[in-house]
Amino acid sequence: MKAFKRRRRGGTVAEFESAEAHLLASLTSQVVELLRDRHGSGEADPDPLAAQLGLGGPSQPPEDPVLQRLLPDAYRAGSARDAESDAADFRRLTERSLTAIKVQNAETLLAGLIEGGLQPGPPEADDPPVEVELDGPEVQAWLKALTDVRLALAVRLGIESEEDARLIAHSDDEATVAMAEIYDWLGYVQESLVHSLG
Amino acid sequence: MEIEQPDVDDIVQVEDPWVTIVWNDPVNLMSYVAYVFRNYFGYTDEKAHELMMAVHTDGKAVVSSGSREQMERHVQAMHEYGLWATLERADA
Repeated sequence: MKAFKRRRRGGTVAEFESAEAHLLASLTSQVVELLRDRHGSGEADPDPLAAQLGLGGPSQPPEDPVLQRLLPDAYRAGSARDAESDAADFRRLTERSLTAIKVQNAETLLAGLIEGGLQPGPPEADDPPVEVELDGPEVQAWLKALTDVRLALAVRLGIESEEDARLIAHSDDEATVAMAEIYDWLGYVQESLVHSLG
Repeated sequence: MEIEQPDVDDIVQVEDPWVTIVWNDPVNLMSYVAYVFRNYFGYTDEKAHELMMAVHTDGKAVVSSGSREQMERHVQAMHEYGLWATLERADA
């Protein structure tokens, strides 16, 4: 990957190897699927009035630990007498729109890869690199979508502390080490994008 | 997507009954957390860095105070960014 950089005439650009772009697309699609499993596929365009009226949004946190991290409680249990019911009310009113925004961000990331030349199907050795070019709003969507992918991977890797993040790279399990390398690489991609913004 | 601009007057009010707290997590990059504080709250580099370091070393930091409705909007925005945030009464 060639790191993100801001061009003088506008736009933020980066170049991914085909295999990298496929990997990023796959991980991002998995987050979209997870979010849609919770809310159904029609949730990318929720009815704001229905959301305002509190129609149909869940009040209980998701059971899946990744979704729990992506859609956290707004009121911390134990912080006040009403914290749990406040968290439930807030979730009922907002979780659908938060989910829809996260799905939109992920779709913006996927669209950026496709516009950059990502080919459907498995990566081939002679695929050209994927050249991503983002405008301001797309940069914002990418920052957030990359964060969500990293949060999801971290939960699956069991990273709960900074110490865990260090230890995981030295795991005896090859699959864990491979996932840890992907996690580190995503950190590099994210850092590169943040850095390009100055 | 539009980024909400916070009302600075609301941040410096003396009586701010609710606060937004951002909690430390081992995933979000320090540079990203500082960026979010600059970009979303409109804080200076220095203030954003200070708050980010407070989150990192103390485990949490109050990043804004004001009305309950404002703090709910901020918490929702932080969750969009993937930061772990909650709101509570300032005197809690």
